[in-house]
Amino acid sequence: MNLLAISLDQPATYWQLGDSWILVSVPNFIMIVIMLALFVLALVLPFPGGKDEV
Amino acid sequence: MSHGTEAPAGADFEPTTWTGSARRKWMRTLPPEKMLPEHQPSYVASWIYVFGMLTIVAMIVAIVSGVVITLGGVQWFHESSTGKFFNSTHYWSVQLFFLFMVVHLWGKYWMAAWRGKRALTWATGVLAFLTAVGVGFTGYVITTNFNAQWIAFEAKDVMNAVGVGAVFNVTNLGQMVTFHVAPLPLVLVVIVAAHVLLVRKHGVVPPIDAIDHDAVAPAAETETSEVAS
Repeated sequence: MNLLAISLDQPATYWQLGDSWILVSVPNFIMIVIMLALFVLALVLPFPGGKDEV
Repeated sequence: MSHGTEAPAGADFEPTTWTGSARRKWMRTLPPEKMLPEHQPSYVASWIYVFGMLTIVAMIVAIVSGVVITLGGVQWFHESSTGKFFNSTHYWSVQLFFLFMVVHLWGKYWMAAWRGKRALTWATGVLAFLTAVGVGFTGYVITTNFNAQWIAFEAKDVMNAVGVGAVFNVTNLGQMVTFHVAPLPLVLVVIVAAHVLLVRKHGVVPPIDAIDHDAVAPAAETETSEVAS
């Protein structure tokens, strides 16, 4: 059963900003976005148990 | 052998052997309450402080799954469903390892985590990152597919350009397997262990705006001087 909506068994699509040197594959771009989202969420989400006792 | 057990704290004795000296130095540097602390400062109750341990957990999963597929062999992890599961576990744990490590790096960079005599902690983190890149790279070039060939043949030019291609031949599958499963992971584990011990020694870095009251764990008042930046 194929659980993935996107086939990973083929070369990745690349995004380029115009004719510039900025070139990134979609999988790498997704990973960067996930890392940035995790970083922001880690800063703003409250930690369970509060800060009284660790 | 009574002279080695008379000092309960492990540090209050005059050593007569190198093992005794090493033990006393260890106990002074990393006493049990620092090595395995009961409490942490209040600012540790933040998700950003979780990513270091998440990185280590992902590394452990990667190592265990890597040992399993190494013992199972290529045919097993390419053809059997259990083998494919462990092969995928190895791949995705590495993805998570790097993902967690980068978030950990960002958190520590913006916290200026080298403050308070923590320069060596920061340096071992940098070394761990660079070594992990080497482990990841050798892992990619031994997957024996077109992607691996592409990576290896691009990288060989880099290696030749810096003059190490003769001794570190990225198109030599056997050499890359050896580097990937033995020396590089061992070096990585040693560096990560040193990194963690240094964190234990100096304590986790406080946020830049932490007040002194926050920076002192309930059972670690002796840390006060080291927390200050």
